[in-house]
Amino acid sequence: MTANGGSSRSVSASDPGGSRSDATMTDNAPLGSPRVDNAVIKSRDLDVYYGDDQALHGVNMDIPERKVTALIGPSGCGKSTFLRSINRMNDLIDIARVDGDLYFHDKNVYDDDVDPVALRRKIGMVFQKPNPFPKSIRDNVAYGLRVQGKDDGDVDEKVHTALERAALLEEVEDQLDSSGLDLSGGQQQRLCIARAIAPDPEVILMDEPASALDPVATSKIEDLIEDLAEEYTVVIVTHNMQQAARISDKTAVFLTGGHLVEFDDTNKIFENPESDRVEDYITGKFG
Amino acid sequence: MATDTPTDTDFGQVSRTKDVAFRLLALAATLVGIVSLAALLANVAVDAVGWLNWGFITSPPHPDPYEAGFLPALVGSIAIMLLIALITFPVGVGAAVYLEEYANDGLLTRFIQLNIANLAGVPSVVYGLLGLGLFVGLLGFGYGTVLAAAFTVALLILPIVIISAQEAIRAVPDSQRQASYGMGATKWQTIRNVVLPRAMPGIMTGTILALGRAIGETAPLIMIAAPTTVFGIPNSFESKVSAMPLQIYTWASYPETEFQYGVVAAGVVTLLIVLLTINSIAIVIRNRYQQRT
Ligand SMILES: Nc1ncnc2c1ncn2[C@@H]1O[C@H](COP(=O)(O)OP(=O)(O)O)[C@@H](O)[C@H]1O
Ligand SMILES: [Mg+2]
Repeated sequence: MTANGGSSRSVSASDPGGSRSDATMTDNAPLGSPRVDNAVIKSRDLDVYYGDDQALHGVNMDIPERKVTALIGPSGCGKSTFLRSINRMNDLIDIARVDGDLYFHDKNVYDDDVDPVALRRKIGMVFQKPNPFPKSIRDNVAYGLRVQGKDDGDVDEKVHTALERAALLEEVEDQLDSSGLDLSGGQQQRLCIARAIAPDPEVILMDEPASALDPVATSKIEDLIEDLAEEYTVVIVTHNMQQAARISDKTAVFLTGGHLVEFDDTNKIFENPESDRVEDYITGKFG
Repeated sequence: MATDTPTDTDFGQVSRTKDVAFRLLALAATLVGIVSLAALLANVAVDAVGWLNWGFITSPPHPDPYEAGFLPALVGSIAIMLLIALITFPVGVGAAVYLEEYANDGLLTRFIQLNIANLAGVPSVVYGLLGLGLFVGLLGFGYGTVLAAAFTVALLILPIVIISAQEAIRAVPDSQRQASYGMGATKWQTIRNVVLPRAMPGIMTGTILALGRAIGETAPLIMIAAPTTVFGIPNSFESKVSAMPLQIYTWASYPETEFQYGVVAAGVVTLLIVLLTINSIAIVIRNRYQQRT
């Protein structure tokens, strides 16, 4: 189905005896220490195309469980594209095409038998611009529970728990029936985080979740993200390097053209990167 | 050359003649429309004085102009409108959802889209002919029945309903769909819970305005042989039905001047009041939901 592009590799992961089935990295691995223990998500030679334009080139990356992994790099280098390829939101873009493998718990999510809707119920997402529904705060948080058929038990309790985890409960406790659109931008984004975690996914993808917010709201979101990593695997795109340095455990640096150049512990990336280009980028010499 | 100018403070003047002329022309164009409409309304309203009264609204037609009433046509029009709304709303919304959310942007879709746009411009008498062949002839709904009239005029406004529903659906921000899909919702769940609720005010406004067009249609009703005058209120889908514009048209052809001026004017004013009511409902719905975007 997606077999195309330069190589004739199959997308299938179920290739018995093949060297790819145990998801080892090929020679295409980025600089740094790309292997991690407890990887829940493994990207192997992942290419993404929009029509004839290639947005990602052979990305190899491991994303560790219950840690914050930051994706940084100049704009247009493919960070959002990579994030969307994890929960197959790229499927919604007609011209997008994926080649290569992306494993979630050692299952290639691009296998024919994977239902992207089911996948997204395990991998939640928070977007750049807060996008609550024009519904009550309660119904916003309960949305995932309802569509996923998890609204049999005590929905109210689950809503409260999610709002509490998203550090929003105190502020909205007595206005759960007012519209989510009446909240401030920062509150709306925390509402979206509550909505994402209410059905209890394993992974939360965040695409520049604080870029539309003021500094106070941003720091609240940052605190929240660090807390979330106790229970969830968090992958966050940011173009704010200080933010990546503050909140992430691992950092992946994408550079122009859609290449993952270096992947390592966040400290290592910011203190002593292997790549000169990454060093230039980190120190603000370009980008 | 510039050095010839005696003082620096004299910037000169730029001619505004064309500005002023165009402004007057545009004003005149606006007035032609408004003034003639106002004159028409005033004229009809004056003629209707003394004729438009409770008796006119609540009685059946009568050969004597002083006894003539509008009730069967009024009720007939409203019955046809309600049935048209029941037909066009689900079909129109279904078609719009298909075209906007499901169909891929292929040649076939574009062909359908183009044809819907063209159908919106087909003269109503042609729809009358179609109604006669399809609903009266083939499906046996009967000549001039409520059913045949409603289905025929429904076909006529269906393209308008579809197009306005499509516009309303297209106006739902994509970020809302993304939010829903990101939560693991299926396409249908997304359409039902996110897209349609948000598009609904726009869809309803479009449908109601299309009904406003339907209420003035005469030609298709003549084509399906709706009676020009009925004396009883329609009491079933198979009842013969007349509608307000058709009854007005009939009165206008009577020889007595009392019919030609007084009774016709009373009918026209009643029709306009119903039409304005329909349009105000649309505006109320729009304003009610527009505060929240
Ligand atoms: N929906 C799309 N259609 C076509 N091209 C796209 C689309 N989304 C992104 N791209 C292209 O893919 C490249 C990577 O974009 P993106 O992943 O958004 O980068 P980043 O998030 O790092 O700024 C850019 O060149 C962008 O123009
Ligand atoms: Mg981006």
